[in-house]
Amino acid sequence: MFGWEFPPNSSGGLGTACYGLTKALSSQGAQITLVLPTATEETDASFLKVINANLKVIKIRSAIKPYLTPEQYAHSTRGLHQSLYGSSLFEEAHRYALAAEEIASQEEFDIIHCHDWMTFEAGIRAKRVSGRPLVVHVHATEYDRTGGHPANQYVQEMERRGILEADAVITVSSYTRQKVMEHYAPEPSKVHVVHNAVEQTTVPAELDFGIRKHHKIVLFLGRLTLQKGPDYFLYAAKKVIEYEPDARFVMAGTGDMMGLLMNKAAELGLADKVLFTGFMKGESVDRLYRMADVYVMPSVSEPFGITALEAQKNRTPVIVSKNSGVTEVMKHCLKVDFWDTNQLASKIIGVLRYKELSKCMSDEGEREAAGISWDKAARKCLRIYSSLLARARVS
Amino acid sequence: MVEVCLYFQVHQPYRIRNYSVFEIGSSHDYFDHPKNGEVMRKVAAKCYLPANQLLLELLETHPGFKVSFSFSGTALEQFQQYAPEVLDSFKKLAGTGRVEILDETYYHSLAFLYSKEEFREQVTMHRDRIKKLFRQAPKIFRNTELIYNNELASYAEKMGYKGVLAEGADHVLGWRSPNFVYRPKNSQIKLLLKNYRLSDDIAFRFSERSWKEWPLTSGKFSNWVSAVNGNGNCVNLFMDYETFGEHQWQETGIFDFLRHMPAELLRHPHNRFSTPSEVARHNAMDELDIHNPISWADVERDTSAWLGNSMQKAAIQQLYDLEQPVKEAEDDKLLEDWRKLQTSDNFYYMCTKWFSDGDVHKYFNPYDSPYEAYMSFMNIINDLKIRMRAG
Repeated sequence: MFGWEFPPNSSGGLGTACYGLTKALSSQGAQITLVLPTATEETDASFLKVINANLKVIKIRSAIKPYLTPEQYAHSTRGLHQSLYGSSLFEEAHRYALAAEEIASQEEFDIIHCHDWMTFEAGIRAKRVSGRPLVVHVHATEYDRTGGHPANQYVQEMERRGILEADAVITVSSYTRQKVMEHYAPEPSKVHVVHNAVEQTTVPAELDFGIRKHHKIVLFLGRLTLQKGPDYFLYAAKKVIEYEPDARFVMAGTGDMMGLLMNKAAELGLADKVLFTGFMKGESVDRLYRMADVYVMPSVSEPFGITALEAQKNRTPVIVSKNSGVTEVMKHCLKVDFWDTNQLASKIIGVLRYKELSKCMSDEGEREAAGISWDKAARKCLRIYSSLLARARVS
Repeated sequence: MVEVCLYFQVHQPYRIRNYSVFEIGSSHDYFDHPKNGEVMRKVAAKCYLPANQLLLELLETHPGFKVSFSFSGTALEQFQQYAPEVLDSFKKLAGTGRVEILDETYYHSLAFLYSKEEFREQVTMHRDRIKKLFRQAPKIFRNTELIYNNELASYAEKMGYKGVLAEGADHVLGWRSPNFVYRPKNSQIKLLLKNYRLSDDIAFRFSERSWKEWPLTSGKFSNWVSAVNGNGNCVNLFMDYETFGEHQWQETGIFDFLRHMPAELLRHPHNRFSTPSEVARHNAMDELDIHNPISWADVERDTSAWLGNSMQKAAIQQLYDLEQPVKEAEDDKLLEDWRKLQTSDNFYYMCTKWFSDGDVHKYFNPYDSPYEAYMSFMNIINDLKIRMRAG
């Protein structure tokens, strides 16, 4: 399996999904060799103990990280030894692919499964040297990341090649499947939907946050990028505050729009109402959910949106964009058009005001999230593997 | 002798529109007029008009055929507003003298459970409206969604009704059969119980291909009804009138089923059709002691479809808490709006019980989710309060 983001070095849903899926696959008997690029020593061995022992991790030294634009990549590698790291994100993906090819010629495996465009070349090369069937897993397309206007032809081309050369394509939602079909037009019968899920761990019912004595908390949590719609969150905040002056808006995450959003918040007169936390992970994320009275995910285009399920698990009512895959499995939430900030504000106010509403959404949401497990997703993947292997045996 | 008693419920609510928090205090128009008109015209074309035409033919063909209806006041008003020809066709049916009309709460409300005063006012309003439109004085009462208990029976009796309808729920009947007339505890009024198996065979299972009896023919159905001979006096077939053409589409053959049913039933010499007040002439077989309210909804046959979760309970409590101030305001429009909000459908939309499964609740729900329904409703409650302060 070719992945790149993996907890604890995880900045978004991709790492969470890879973790959840590989763990569930292992527990159902799949033996996985996970190939990860990593520039730090933090992709740590201690973490492996969490995962079933038959998951073996091979690390490639690389600066590769998801969600970086080539410009950010250049910035992040500045100062690193040039001989260790490629000079661009694409070169890095390519270097990763060469290493992957090498690994594929040595390791034993039946199926190649790779996650998003950065590993697609690796997957294609591995398929060529091994002759094994290739599964590409689409967690997002370039069209999601850029609000429908692909900025990068290289990424688009990589997605196209991976999707067309794959023996099976897995998308994280029907919403994403439709995007894949529309932009890359693969053979429809090989494209399968396997919805993401949420880790079924219990969380404490902690509500003892000082800030809650004075304020209602509206939470945004995600990368501060165009795709996630953080600007719509701010415009809605402006309207909410007129009706609920004690509300506070927490924006957790980082991204290329951070500076712009801070300025915008000040411009809207919300400087003291909008609190930026920077990047959060692990336990802090769960605590944020529990601190919040409502979680808002106003994404312009969200292939899935695992955070919405995580919020539910923490008993936080959820408002999500209709342009998101998670709405296909999540019913106990409020859905909005991301661009309709009036509607968004009105729903935020409703959840803050009406305690029976928020209570029912918490109760039903928690129950709903408890039914959306990675085991189910893993079973679907295993069925896809089996049919590919059966077909390989016949031919 | 088995008396077959057909009763059809006709109801359309005033659906509430998505009413945003920003409208509180400035917009007092709560209802989705385009949607209400659209639904009414659609159901008129698919169900009310063709079904009424068919019933009229059947009444002309079979002198022994009889049916009964109950209309919510909100449906009657919307007929006048959006589909007057439907009301005319119902009047024509009533004119045959073999169509009995029942009473209910004007606003298809749950008032009985929250305010007896409001309940009585709505029943009186309904009685007046029926008299005016159909020149009948109803003798039989049916409460919203067949919500029933001992107390309801005694209220209906005091208001002069001869009989009251209820669900023949297993958990109250036990070993007893719904095919007899019963007597509520502490009242003399007659209790007519729905035979839910036979009723639901038509209303719910008719087009269900996985059902082992599919396809249901009127001949087969008549045999089941006739089999009651010797074990009961009546078979009460109670269902939504929208079963014909709306819940069960025309393509399922539901109209053909109805077309042939009277002849098939009358083929058996010991079957005959009766109206509810005719059935109520039977002596009561036994006493039924029903304390907790029962209804004809969902598998639970209780009130949990409208009052099952805390949102529903809070919303309806808030609404009825406004009763005195609304009535004291002496503002007709305010009172009318408050009453339209009482329609049980508004609380049904907030039900989370079956929401995930996307079943029948969802089919009838104009909102994306129960949460949206609750939010609009509570925003409106806030607007009502502002209107009262202003007045």
